[in-house]
Amino acid sequence: MSRGIVYVLCIVFFAGCKGEQNVALDATQVYKSKGVEIPMYDFNSFEPLLTMDDGKTRVINFWATWCKPCVAELPYFELINSRYPDDQVEVILVSLDLPKQVESKLIPFVKRQQIESKVILLDDPDANSWIPKVNKTWSGSIPATIIYKGNTVNFYERSFTYNELEKELKKVL
Amino acid sequence: MKTLKILVGIAFVIAISAFAIDKVSGSSTTGGYSIGDVATDFELKNIDNAMVSLAGYTDAKGFIVIFTCNHCPYSVAYEDRIIALDKEFKTKGYPVIAINPNNPKAYPDDSFENMKIRANEKGFTFPYLFDDGQKIYPQYGATKTPHVYILEKTNQGNLVRYIGAIDNNYKDADAANEKYVENAVNALLKGEKVPVETTKAIGCSIKA
Repeated sequence: MSRGIVYVLCIVFFAGCKGEQNVALDATQVYKSKGVEIPMYDFNSFEPLLTMDDGKTRVINFWATWCKPCVAELPYFELINSRYPDDQVEVILVSLDLPKQVESKLIPFVKRQQIESKVILLDDPDANSWIPKVNKTWSGSIPATIIYKGNTVNFYERSFTYNELEKELKKVL
Repeated sequence: MKTLKILVGIAFVIAISAFAIDKVSGSSTTGGYSIGDVATDFELKNIDNAMVSLAGYTDAKGFIVIFTCNHCPYSVAYEDRIIALDKEFKTKGYPVIAINPNNPKAYPDDSFENMKIRANEKGFTFPYLFDDGQKIYPQYGATKTPHVYILEKTNQGNLVRYIGAIDNNYKDADAANEKYVENAVNALLKGEKVPVETTKAIGCSIKA
């Protein structure tokens, strides 16, 4: 029995090590203001984030400050981010705010709400070309969320409560 | 050993049930129109308090129906382009009919009074209708603003010929090199097939 525990520990340990792997995406620009840093990506530089296979579960939420239902569910993503260890679950909040509103709206929002999850900006105006690459069923409305680990990918074009979100996360963990 | 068997059994049941739940939640029904469907007419209140319906446009060859609103930055980014579409195509038989599908309780910016104010500020040349009770947008299947439906008037009714975005660059009209709506209406006016019938765009979720 104790040998089994050792095996499990080994798996956790190695999975943990793999989780340290950091894939650097090429930001087209990095907004820095008021102690908040937000990198901006076009879809090509953002896309690798949707298929990273390093044993970590990623919760990727598409949102914007002007989207009320998105803002309403952000605390639940924050709670997931704080409750699960970084090497197990990574929450990434992908803002679709317009670049000209990053300094006036997005950064003040992130600072005011003290958002701890990683916030990045996706700026690629040719949405018709990239929306289907995120998920074939996505109409383009937000909030939308992807929860994935390795080849297990679940996509949701809907809002979540905390319990609903955690339940979906546990399916993939 | 026995406990191991039980554990494996439990794991198996969980795996099966998780799969079953996946199956159920995966089969979401997306209502609304597809290309070629007959679109419903409506009678909605315009910002001038008059009731507007498609049947009232006896000379029209079709319609550019756009679900849009005040509060959404993507809608606002397209306002000037919507005015330009109306100016170009109204005289050719394809007027713009804008409909605000949002419930003002969810978005006070989208109240009927605020619709009047915004239309006045921007000088809308087209009707800007209020989907009172949020009954029309679900029939069309609009999920966000702006969301365009181009209808062609035929003997069978108003047939849906295009669903999607106005063009391929919400930020910059000059940088848009695929003008989906313009191309679709021009094709219809020539009696040709619409080149791109559906497109996707980021937009603000409609809130009932």
